[in-house]
Amino acid sequence: MNPHNKSIDELKEIAAQVRRDIVRMVHAVNSGHPGGSLGCTDYFVSLYFRLMNYKAQPFDMNGEGEDLFFLSNGHISPVWYSVLARAGFFEVSELATFRKINSRLQGHPATEEGLPGIRVASGSLGQGLSVAVGAAQTKKLNKDSNLVYVLMGDGELGEGQVWEAAMYAAHNKVDNLIATVDRNYQQIDGGTEEVLSLGDLRAKFEAFGWHVLEADGNNFELLLPALEDAKKATGNGKPVMVLMNTEMGFGVDFMMGSHKWHGVAPNDEQLEIALQQLAVREASDY
Amino acid sequence: MKEFKYTEKKDTRSGFGAGLLELGRTNENVVALCADLTGSLKMDAFEKEFPERFFQVGIAEANMMGLAAGMTIGGKIPFTGTFANFSTGRVYDQIRQSIAYSGKNVKICASHAGLTLGEDGATHQILEDVGMMKMLPHMTVINPCDFNQTKAATIAIAEHEGPVYLRFGRPAVPNFTPADQKFEIGKAVMLNEGTDVTILATGHLVWKAIEAGHKLAEKGINAEVINIHTIKPLDDEAILKSAGKTKCVVTAEEHQLNGGLGDAVAQLLGRNLPTPLEMVAVNDSFGESGTPDQLMEKYGLSTENIVAAAERVIRRK
Ligand SMILES: Cc1ncc(C[n+]2csc(CCOP(=O)(O)OP(=O)(O)O)c2C)c(N)n1
Ligand SMILES: [Mg+2]
Repeated sequence: MNPHNKSIDELKEIAAQVRRDIVRMVHAVNSGHPGGSLGCTDYFVSLYFRLMNYKAQPFDMNGEGEDLFFLSNGHISPVWYSVLARAGFFEVSELATFRKINSRLQGHPATEEGLPGIRVASGSLGQGLSVAVGAAQTKKLNKDSNLVYVLMGDGELGEGQVWEAAMYAAHNKVDNLIATVDRNYQQIDGGTEEVLSLGDLRAKFEAFGWHVLEADGNNFELLLPALEDAKKATGNGKPVMVLMNTEMGFGVDFMMGSHKWHGVAPNDEQLEIALQQLAVREASDY
Repeated sequence: MKEFKYTEKKDTRSGFGAGLLELGRTNENVVALCADLTGSLKMDAFEKEFPERFFQVGIAEANMMGLAAGMTIGGKIPFTGTFANFSTGRVYDQIRQSIAYSGKNVKICASHAGLTLGEDGATHQILEDVGMMKMLPHMTVINPCDFNQTKAATIAIAEHEGPVYLRFGRPAVPNFTPADQKFEIGKAVMLNEGTDVTILATGHLVWKAIEAGHKLAEKGINAEVINIHTIKPLDDEAILKSAGKTKCVVTAEEHQLNGGLGDAVAQLLGRNLPTPLEMVAVNDSFGESGTPDQLMEKYGLSTENIVAAAERVIRRK
C-alpha cells in the first residue's frame, strides 16, 4: 500500500509544490541541478504518492516488506529530497540546509549523514542499476515479493557498467525490478545524440533481454497508467525497463528545450519568474 | 618572509585549458579526449580550434582511458579530461594495465580535485587520487599551485615521455607564480628560505603555506616554504637539504593523510634523515557539501592549521 495514495488532481498540486522547492533549493546555494530534477518531478511524485509500497517512519534501511527506490543519476537530488520530505521521511524545513555545511542533504545523495530514505550514495554515474539489481536479488532470497525501482539518466547510459548490469539482470531473470531511464535527450556537453548517440534504446534493451515500455514522464494521465503497466509486467521472467520521455526543466519555460539548465541555479529574478509559473492553490514553501 | 604579489585570482583548471590550447598550436601530435565535461575542464577552446584532434567520448571514462592508450600507438600524445574522481578511482585498472604497465604516453588531466570542489559533496571530492596514482610504477604525479603554474605544467608534460597524472581544481586562487616560468618536473620550487621549520606544500595549499609563513614571521619564526608541485618523482635532494637545515618539517596538501605528499615525505625522511614531521591533510574521512572555505576550515586545511602544525613540530625538535 502507498501511504498517501493521492488522486491525479492532488498529485498535480504536489508536483507543483515540489518544483517550487527545487528552484528555491538550488537558488539558495547558487548550485545544484534543476533541469533533470524538474523533468523527473512527476515520476518521483507518482512513485512516492501513489505507486510504491513503503513506510516513511521509522525509515528502515533493509526495507523488508517495502518497495525500494534507488537514484542512479544522483545529481537530481533536489527532486528526491523534496519528495522525501513531503512524503514524511523528514521535516520539510530541512530542505533549507541543502548543500550547506553540516547538512544531511548532501549535493549528491549519501548515507554517511543518515538521511532517511537514502540507501546508497550516488553521484558518480553508472552505478545505480547494479545496486538495484543486487537489492532485487536479495528480495528474492528473502522471499519478499515487493519491487525495486531505479532511475537513471540517459547520458548516464554511456557508462559500460549500466550494460553489464543490464545483461546480468536479464540473464538472472531479475523480474522484480522496474528500471526507468530519464529520456530527456540532454546531458552536459549537449544533446545525447550529438555527444554519444544512444540510438534505438528500445531495441537495445530488448536485445539485452528486457521487457521495455515507453512513457510520457510529464503528464500524469499518461505516466500513471504506464507505470501501472510496468508493475503488471513484473514477475514474468524479465527485468522491466521504462523509457520515460521528459523535458529537462519542465514547468519553467526558460529552463526547457536545452541542456543549459542541467547544473545551473537561477538568479533572484529568474527565481521569481519560475515561482510565478509554478503556481499552486495553497503554497506551503519550506 | 618574502612577499608574493598577485593581481588576480584564477582557477587552475583554466590554466590547464590555456596550456592545452597553446599545445594544440605548437605540437600537432597533441590530441584531447573528454567525457562530457568539456566546459568544466576548460577544454572548449581546444575543441573549437582543433575539432579534428578533439574526441568527445560521452560519459564513459573507462573507454576514454583505453582509447587514449591506443592513440599513443602511432605517436599521438593524448590528454584526457574529466573530474579527478573519474580520472582515477573510476578507471584505476584501465590506467594500471593499458597506460602505466604498458608505458603509454598518456596525460591524465584531472580537475575538481579535493574539498575545494565545494557543494557537490563527497562523491566528487576525491582525496585519495594522489595516493592511487603515485603507487603506480612509471607514473608521474603533478599538483601545481596556481593558474600560471598549471599552464606551464600542462605544456611541460607534453615534452615528457611517459604517463602523467596532472591534478588541478575548480576555485579561483591567487595567481602569483611567474607567467614565463619554466616548469621542471620533479624540481621543487624554493619560495622562502628559512631556518626554523620547513613547510612543504602542494596544490592549493601552497598559497596557504605562504600565508602561514607570514603569520609565523610575526611570531618570530623563520619558515622555509617550498612548493612541491611534483609529488612523484619527489625532489629528495631539496627536501633532505631543507630538513637537514631546519630539523623539522610540515607537509600541507588537499588530500588524505594516507597516501599523499606527507606520506611520501615521511618515507623519505624515515629512511634517510629521521626528522620530526607534522602533516596537514584530511584525517581518514570523506568530505561533504559546503563552501570551499568552510570545508578547508572544518577538515583542518586552513592557514591556521599550518601555523599550528609548524609550532607543534618546532617543539618536537
Ligand atoms: C562517472 C561520472 N562521470 C561524469 C560525471 C559528471 N556528470 C554529472 S551529470 C552528467 C551528465 C548526465 O547526463 P544525464 O544522465 O543525461 O542526466 P541529465 O543531464 O539529463 O540530468 C555528467 C557528465 C559524473 N557525475 N559521474
Ligand atoms: Mg539526460
